[in-house]
Amino acid sequence: MATPIEEKLGLLTYKKPPQSHISIVDPSVCLERCPEKPCTAICPANVYEWNETRKAIAVSYENCIECGGCRMICPFYNIDCEWPGGGAGVQYKYG
Amino acid sequence: MSEKFDCIVVGAGPAGISAATSLAQAGLSCVVLERGEYPGAKNVQGAVLYTRMLAEVLPDFWKDPEAALERPIAEQRVCIATEDSWVQVGYKSQRFTKPPPNCYTIIRVRFDQWYAKKAQEAGAELYCGVMVRDLIRKNGRILGIVTSEGDELSASCVIACDGVNSILAQKAGLRSELRAQEVAMGVKEILALDAAKIEDRFNLEKGEGATIEIFGAVTQGMMGYAFLYTNQETLSLGVGCKLSELQKRRVKPYELLESVKQHPFVRRLVSGSKTLEYSGHLIPEGGFRSIPPLYTDGFLVAGDAAQLVNPAFREGSNLAMTSGKLAAETVIEAKKKGDFSASALSSYKRKLQACYVWKDLYEMRNLESSVEKSPGFLEFYPRLACDLAHLRFSVDGQPKREHFKEALRLVRRRGFFRLARDLWAVRKAAL
Ligand SMILES: Cc1cc2nc3c(=O)[nH]c(=O)nc-3n(C[C@H](O)[C@H](O)[C@H](O)COP(=O)(O)OP(=O)(O)OC[C@H]3O[C@@H](n4cnc5c(N)ncnc54)[C@H](O)[C@@H]3O)c2cc1C
Repeated sequence: MATPIEEKLGLLTYKKPPQSHISIVDPSVCLERCPEKPCTAICPANVYEWNETRKAIAVSYENCIECGGCRMICPFYNIDCEWPGGGAGVQYKYG
Repeated sequence: MSEKFDCIVVGAGPAGISAATSLAQAGLSCVVLERGEYPGAKNVQGAVLYTRMLAEVLPDFWKDPEAALERPIAEQRVCIATEDSWVQVGYKSQRFTKPPPNCYTIIRVRFDQWYAKKAQEAGAELYCGVMVRDLIRKNGRILGIVTSEGDELSASCVIACDGVNSILAQKAGLRSELRAQEVAMGVKEILALDAAKIEDRFNLEKGEGATIEIFGAVTQGMMGYAFLYTNQETLSLGVGCKLSELQKRRVKPYELLESVKQHPFVRRLVSGSKTLEYSGHLIPEGGFRSIPPLYTDGFLVAGDAAQLVNPAFREGSNLAMTSGKLAAETVIEAKKKGDFSASALSSYKRKLQACYVWKDLYEMRNLESSVEKSPGFLEFYPRLACDLAHLRFSVDGQPKREHFKEALRLVRRRGFFRLARDLWAVRKAAL
């Protein structure tokens, strides 16, 4: 039985950043130029999801495990992912 | 934090702590800034730690009862698998576990905290929960750093040990954003299992450890491999693949990891274990050609931030330690001369070139691209290995001569030319 990602992420401790450390630079790029939306497929913490009603990528930044891969996954470099400031974000116990 | 330091080290990973310890041992004033709330909070590794390079920073470290080490590695195995079959090669030696052992497994969060304490004991200052956002620059010279809170701190020199996504190397103008072909994504789980069960399942003496790398079906033909390492009371199970290949195939890393867990070779070894943690991290795998310029006025880059990883040998933390130490030695010389200009710091590159770090990465410079360019490499060879083994061990009423002919036919499917090219390409990964 495969363990769903929500359960895996549920094992982690996070210190919530005061605001999102991730933003979509230009949402129209996702809608108009990016049919593949690799961010929704590859992110190891399922941070990115296509919201059909808002026609935009929804960013669950609080799940981010800070691998930094989204900076390169986006073919348009349209994801601005900075590290969360001082001490916030994921806190591994083993690593 | 108002005085000026000889050196600011950004990042408390193996590169940063090796640099800071070496600087402090030589009597230089140095501060380490780490964005995690404690060292290791953000760090993920397999993790195999090679003794030699750490001992060059902390001689006899393995005698420290508090050293955060899991198991000295007695056996290293490679498993080449299809969906339902596998061939294994392993090497086990008691020579590997006599002090000092060749390598240990570690758990990075524990290791990083212990290692950072050693730097503090040597006299380095450490501040955690501090995110460095930018560099202070005057007339092209780097004079210090700016934190995400807007605080400034100045020093004669900055060593960037901020890992694979080095924002500092970018801010210093030494590199642009990495590309998906230049990194691998590794995801991993820590699985709790009794020490006695681990020793039984992996055929180990009490306290000793084993590592297994698995190639083939576990990455669905993508460039990469899965790994299974034994810790004291946990297993580390993970899989890493080139980010560009995951992108092309739209494979979710955690689903790939779940499929590794279900592979018949892995399933038995991890059965009954409990997942304690899931994690993910990038690995710089661009190799020699991705190494950025390593220094500029008042600034040096070490470890993953400088792309110093040799993936074919799963070496990264050792290159980080060596480069951190050599960067520190360069700064110590610069301090003596009172000159932190780029030309004074250029001996850092020569030091790296004179040791295994540069030489190995240079030797391996074509390995990954040749494998990547060879269609179906990680599908054909695992299947071939298993099919040949299958023939060798099957008693099916066919004369052996028929098996031999069949074996030749299997090999010929690759074409002689392709086969020769493939063998040539991987020759340097053999020794
Ligand atoms: C899944 C996986 C398995 C691996 N297995 C092995 C293995 O078995 N053996 C091996 O030798 N290597 C292995 N590696 C590679 C190894 O982990 C790295 O090469 C090594 O950690 C590099 O050390 P580093 O100090 O350069 O960087 P890191 O260990 O990444 O440390 C960088 C530090 O800088 C901090 N930081 C980053 N940005 C900032 C900032 N702006 N301000 C303040 N602090 C910052 C980070 O929080 C972090 O603590 C593996 C890697 C992965 C992902």
